[in-house]
Amino acid sequence: MLRIECPFCGLRDQSEFSFGGESHRLRPQNPDQANDAEWAGYLFYRVNPKGLHFERWVHQFGCRQWFNVVRDTVTHEIIEIYRMGEQPETAFPENGAHEG
Amino acid sequence: MSRTRSQPCRLESGGIIDRNKPCRFRFNGRELAGYRGDTLASALIANGVRIIGRSFKYHRPRGVFTAGEEEPCALVETGEGDARTPTCRAPVTPLTEGLVARSQNCWPSVDFDAGRIVDFTHALWPAGFYNKTFKWPGWHSWENLVRHSAGLGRPLHGPDPDHYEQVNAHCDLLICGAGPAGLQAARVAARSGLRIILADQADEFGGVLNYEQCRLNGAPAAGWVRETIAELEACANVFLLSKTTVSGIYDHNVTTLLQTGRGTGWRECYWTVRPRHILLTTGAIEQGLIFPNNDRPGIMLAGAIRHYLNRYAVVAGKNIMIATNNDTAYQTVFDLAQNNISVKTVVDCREQVDETLRQRLADLGTRLLTGARIRNTRGSRGLASVQAEYLDGREAAHEKCDLLGVSGGWTPRVHLLAHARGSLRFDPVSQSFLPDRLPYGLSVAGAANGTCGLQETLAETSRASVTICEALGSATEPPQSPVVTATVVESRTVCPTTLDTSRQRQWIDLAHDVTFGDAELAVQEGFVPVEHFKRYTTTGMSVDQGKTGNLNAFIVLGALTGKETGDVGTTTFRPPYMPVTLGAIAGRNTGEFYAPRRYLPAHRVHEQLNARMEDYGWQRPDYYPRKSESAAEAIRREARAVRNQVGIFDNSPIGKLEVRGPDAAEFLNRLYINNVHSLATGRARYGLMLNENGIIIDDGVFIRMAENHFLVNTTSAGVSRIGALMEKWLQCEWTDLRVLVDDVTTQWANFTIAGPHARDVLVDLGTSLNLSAPTFPHMAAATGTIAGLTARLVRVSFSGEVSFEVNVSAGGASTFLDAALDAGAAYGITPYGIEALMALRMEKGYLHVGSDTDGSSTPDDVGWGHVARAKDADYIGRRSLFRPGNLDRNRKQFVGLEPLDPGQPIRPGGHLLAGADRSPPAETDGWITSACLSPNLDRHIALGVLRDGRKRTGEILTVCDEKLSYPVRVVSPVFYDPQGEKLNG
Repeated sequence: MLRIECPFCGLRDQSEFSFGGESHRLRPQNPDQANDAEWAGYLFYRVNPKGLHFERWVHQFGCRQWFNVVRDTVTHEIIEIYRMGEQPETAFPENGAHEG
Repeated sequence: MSRTRSQPCRLESGGIIDRNKPCRFRFNGRELAGYRGDTLASALIANGVRIIGRSFKYHRPRGVFTAGEEEPCALVETGEGDARTPTCRAPVTPLTEGLVARSQNCWPSVDFDAGRIVDFTHALWPAGFYNKTFKWPGWHSWENLVRHSAGLGRPLHGPDPDHYEQVNAHCDLLICGAGPAGLQAARVAARSGLRIILADQADEFGGVLNYEQCRLNGAPAAGWVRETIAELEACANVFLLSKTTVSGIYDHNVTTLLQTGRGTGWRECYWTVRPRHILLTTGAIEQGLIFPNNDRPGIMLAGAIRHYLNRYAVVAGKNIMIATNNDTAYQTVFDLAQNNISVKTVVDCREQVDETLRQRLADLGTRLLTGARIRNTRGSRGLASVQAEYLDGREAAHEKCDLLGVSGGWTPRVHLLAHARGSLRFDPVSQSFLPDRLPYGLSVAGAANGTCGLQETLAETSRASVTICEALGSATEPPQSPVVTATVVESRTVCPTTLDTSRQRQWIDLAHDVTFGDAELAVQEGFVPVEHFKRYTTTGMSVDQGKTGNLNAFIVLGALTGKETGDVGTTTFRPPYMPVTLGAIAGRNTGEFYAPRRYLPAHRVHEQLNARMEDYGWQRPDYYPRKSESAAEAIRREARAVRNQVGIFDNSPIGKLEVRGPDAAEFLNRLYINNVHSLATGRARYGLMLNENGIIIDDGVFIRMAENHFLVNTTSAGVSRIGALMEKWLQCEWTDLRVLVDDVTTQWANFTIAGPHARDVLVDLGTSLNLSAPTFPHMAAATGTIAGLTARLVRVSFSGEVSFEVNVSAGGASTFLDAALDAGAAYGITPYGIEALMALRMEKGYLHVGSDTDGSSTPDDVGWGHVARAKDADYIGRRSLFRPGNLDRNRKQFVGLEPLDPGQPIRPGGHLLAGADRSPPAETDGWITSACLSPNLDRHIALGVLRDGRKRTGEILTVCDEKLSYPVRVVSPVFYDPQGEKLNG
């Protein structure tokens, strides 16, 4: 069970949070102009790295605020936590495609 | 030292047992006696009981092999009835007055077991034999026999009568293991003021110091142990947990501990600890030796012989030999000599043996054979004789022997380190796997770290403890370490054993009866990587998880494949370290406490009305039977009353979300398929919400209370999910929208009053609102007072009758319901439950999301495609509705169904096959999603989904429902009042 440091409430057990998937995946601004490949990319394609993963969590059973986490998928070490809407200090790996 | 008569293997004095407190117990029906302080194993040994169990596969007689939790052979069942516990390890089962114990895996008795036929026919049952046999005539002919013979203990049936507790804890330092290393670490760290938990699975702290004859500061080590415990008990920042196994280390070092209760009201307590740092001082486990027939009762680990001798004053035999590949086993000879018990022969596989040891043996008159190994043992019912040979094959000895101490070296207890994803490296000197890379926040010290020698262990642990305290921000001055003034034979060096690879019946895993022959077979069949080898042979997979044999198994695999043991590697250690009762994991969350119960705010009134409650996430009335009514009669009466007079339904659990703000309409417009902007204030609209794949995830009415204020109704099960979804969009992406969302579900009670007299009842209750048809049409909403209570009123209908939903504060629910029943009595007002509600909505063909829809249903499938297409603005899921798959005419569409025979009962789930009189095998065209005997039409009706259904009205289909088969006709889903005349009254 991970222990996650909510930016608002402090260090809590993983069971207080809900996982929100890969971060920085924004909804296309004009979906009706997106072709099938682009729309499928938004719906179904996510990175699956052995290493740093940039992801979203929400403190569902606490303050109910969303925030971002950089976690190593091998060791589960949490490298960085930053607020929703901000950019991380940790560099994105080359292969992940992030838009926002 | 001579032995007592009633306990033939008990020495007359010695041991840390209370000879003033005899303890009577029964083993396989035999009355025996031991002493307070004994374990079941030590008491059985004392009484000369040799055969304690039968091995897993071959049913060979087995005795006590170890003195610890790693025991693979002496596995017994204790207790009776509900308190029965299978597969207890005798060496760690404390002896209590009246203890009842029985052997397992034997019939008719442990002394004569018919199952041993497997041993006599062993060539037929190699590893994995079950994958190659039991094929004719078919597996099921054998299944019963195999189920009966497989397994080790007898499971219990019926609920667990015991109580279990759970504790959550935080600490700075968790020390796992309270032997000399753990005690010293705690002593050093205690002064720092850090919060420390020290845990050990034994009843008493002290570890090896409880039996090894060491002296600290000139006195027996037991004295230092007692002093240290007293010192620690006096520290407010140190928490001591004995009888507590550290069970597993998980992500972020969250650690579980299993504490055994004795004389407490609970059986086990499951701890979840969140330490800032963990120190493993878990010690090491002695390994056995591999030689032919190395599993007989009377063959025991050399260290275990010392343990039983020094701690319990028992010795399991008279003609004693030792076989070893390292120095430590010699201590057993010396300890026995201290008690005037001689060892005849020591068989050492090494050519060179330390001169001091040689001399001491010579002084004791014990013969030493070097460069020798055990060739074979004899004794069908327990060790009787031993044959030894030199490594070149010449005979070395052939002697009577009833107790053979074996030592194959020591393997550090690194299980917890492996749980925490630390890595191991093979050390050729000690022929064992030692900690290599440590994960963050975890340290190892003492024998668990491969450290040899008591003084060195104490020093290493002190250093480790100081370093940890500094790292945690509380540097400390360590106290003076005790001086080891006398110790046992200490050595790390182990000589690799040379196996006689021509002999098959040498055991590498005692608990699962895995032999060298099985290992050869595995390699022969290509199961060479260590994880495959393990699973093919099942070595290390029994209740002991290979604690005394895994290392030897890896060494054997290395020998068979020509690989270095280091390259063979280890299998993966996973929690728990010892078995955990499922009850401990459940804790108190069982029975009434399994899940929280939610009651309607007016629950009391429903009870008074004799409601039959059912759990729908809330306790809700299914129906309200009167006097001797059956369920069907009550439901029919209620549903007919709604259509003919007036009914009242408690819909308080319906999801209610307040959505407010200047951008509230824009926000909701992005979530619903419906146009939200066009909704006037004081009006309601039925909406569908989709996910981005265009699938319906929820439905409900949304009401515009004011320009910037909406009340969103969701399904009762979906409100948390939809509320969370709204927050996600607002916080993560649509941060420019000025909207606040609040879940007010539990703050408002909601009652539906439906039927021709609905309006009459509300008027008679007294209301500030004008409810006449032109002023308050269907889908109108307003706030006012009803029955003196503030109320939000909306005219929506799930029954197809004139229907008002009254929302009052939850606190006023009972008052309102009582008042409505009172005012409505003149009109025959009838409370109705979920069953009637569902029948009414089915009669009208109204959708029930989750019954008539599933994870593939889109708006068009359920007849709402025109609304989804009409809206120009973007909304969640819109883009997906234009994918080819969503436009396919083979999609299943919502339809009505009626049986050709109106008396034919229908159930949901029946499949629909095209044409009358069809039978499988056939392609399914859809299925029945909802069905009932219509209370108002007195015939069976159903709803379902059918391929291209809207174009097939009138068609006859065959329903295929398990063994039933009957014809149905596709009809409109609106069975009652198709023009909707009653609704707009």
